[in-house]
Amino acid sequence: MSFLQIESLARRYGPTTVFEQVGFTMEKGEFVCIVGHSGCGKTTILNILAGLDAASAGTVVMDNREVAGPSLDRGVVFQGHALMPWLSAMSNIAFAVKSRWPHWNRIQVQTHCQKFIDLVGLTGAEHKKPAELSGGMKQRVGIARAFAIQPKMLLLDEPFGALDALTRGTIQDELLRICEATRQTVFMITHDVDEAILLADKILLMSNGPNACIAEIVENTIAKPRDRHSIHHDEQYYRIRNHLVDFLVNRSKLYQSGELRRPAQPPYVRPGLHGVASARIVNLRH
Amino acid sequence: MKLESLKAAVLSLLFLGLFLGIWHLATLPKGEAQSAHDEYAKLLGKGTKKSEGFPSLAQMGEAAAAQLKDPLYDRGPNDKGIAIQLGHSLGRVAAGYALAMLFAVPLGFLIGMSPLLHSALNPFIQVLKPISPLAWMPLALYTIKDSSVSGVFVIFICSVWPMLINTAFGVASVRREWLNVARTLEVTPFRKAFAVILPAAAPTILTGMRISIGIAWLVIVAAEMLVGGTGIGYFVWNEWNNLNLTNVIFAILVIGVVGMLLDFAIGRLQKAVTYIE
Repeated sequence: MSFLQIESLARRYGPTTVFEQVGFTMEKGEFVCIVGHSGCGKTTILNILAGLDAASAGTVVMDNREVAGPSLDRGVVFQGHALMPWLSAMSNIAFAVKSRWPHWNRIQVQTHCQKFIDLVGLTGAEHKKPAELSGGMKQRVGIARAFAIQPKMLLLDEPFGALDALTRGTIQDELLRICEATRQTVFMITHDVDEAILLADKILLMSNGPNACIAEIVENTIAKPRDRHSIHHDEQYYRIRNHLVDFLVNRSKLYQSGELRRPAQPPYVRPGLHGVASARIVNLRH
Repeated sequence: MKLESLKAAVLSLLFLGLFLGIWHLATLPKGEAQSAHDEYAKLLGKGTKKSEGFPSLAQMGEAAAAQLKDPLYDRGPNDKGIAIQLGHSLGRVAAGYALAMLFAVPLGFLIGMSPLLHSALNPFIQVLKPISPLAWMPLALYTIKDSSVSGVFVIFICSVWPMLINTAFGVASVRREWLNVARTLEVTPFRKAFAVILPAAAPTILTGMRISIGIAWLVIVAAEMLVGGTGIGYFVWNEWNNLNLTNVIFAILVIGVVGMLLDFAIGRLQKAVTYIE
């Protein structure tokens, strides 16, 4: 039994079906990215995993328990950092820590928070309010807050979307380092193909919405640890990248028109290896 | 920046000087030209000693000095020092305002949290809000049968609406993502109310409280004029009946300064809870 099991998940708003027949599994310690155009329901899937939204059909089972409602077992990093502006960076994290361990005393909370502030490289900025922090620092606080409750799974909704390329790179490195150190299970939404290849072990490709589905699951065949500075020299890098871009530019829209068949189980694809990918894709046409 | 505020201060003083100058000129005793008619004036009973129309600055100064020299004197029901009268007014405002706060903030919280309650109570609020608080006075006097407590009630009824509406609005417009953070952290409803919603809505609540204190201070003067007895409003009316314009003007000035201080105090409080997003 996988750590996370999602079966035939669907979300409908009135007559509109955002997505249906979404099913995939995640193992403990796995980093999964989901890629797709706006409107395909990525955030809705993440919200369902977080327990903030309810599915119209299907089930989510994490660690042998069905997900029904929010839980401290799943930490969420929100798209717009969602820090409380009246609290300092430290207090924002402490708010989460006190929720997780209500019986801890002040010193325990403080030490725990400091550990995670140091982990995301915010030492010295503990007592600043969010308004005094840069966009990158705010997002780091958000990440520290999610990590600090030591959830079984981390859910990241386009956490670096609003950041400049340089800051994004640094925080990606930090996230990679922390995840490797803590063996954290992560589910992340991104629009950035390069980010997905750097971070993810598995990349879920979603077709365009409405009536979206998971069209393929791309395995990242570049060995860990992956390094931002050298990853593009790996011979697999551009094969995977081209495959992802191809999907987003050309194939993602073909599922709505029926030119490509919605798979009952999304096929696993390993771009560039043994020609598996191209063979599979061709087979799907009819 | 500092130079700017200095310039502004100098300009303010200039305006004050100009205003006082005009006042002084306008109330100058009509000199030589009139002295020829002194006999005639005496015949008409217009002695030079008697106050002649609008008080001059000197008379104002004397009256203010006299009032401030002994602000706490009490010579019977119709003759009390300005500080005693102010104390009565402030006491009524404080009582009515505190009651309004105890009522409006919790109720506003509930209305803000529940769209159902909002829709259900909104018609009542919309009808009750535009009623002049003084219109309640007869009803208050009839039911409460105490003029001072009726004054408190009138202050309550006029301060309750801005607080209620602003609290409800502030609570209803707490950013969804903060509530989602609280939900994912399994925060208890009690803690959510006090640690997330209250600080998030505090600036809006304080805005309502600031509007309320302004209205309450406006209304107390009128209310006390109406019911009489004690208070700065009654003082103004009483001095009008005494045809003592200097005291009326002095009281007006005091009302303005106290109103400003009240607004300033709530403004400071508002600044303390305001956050930058």
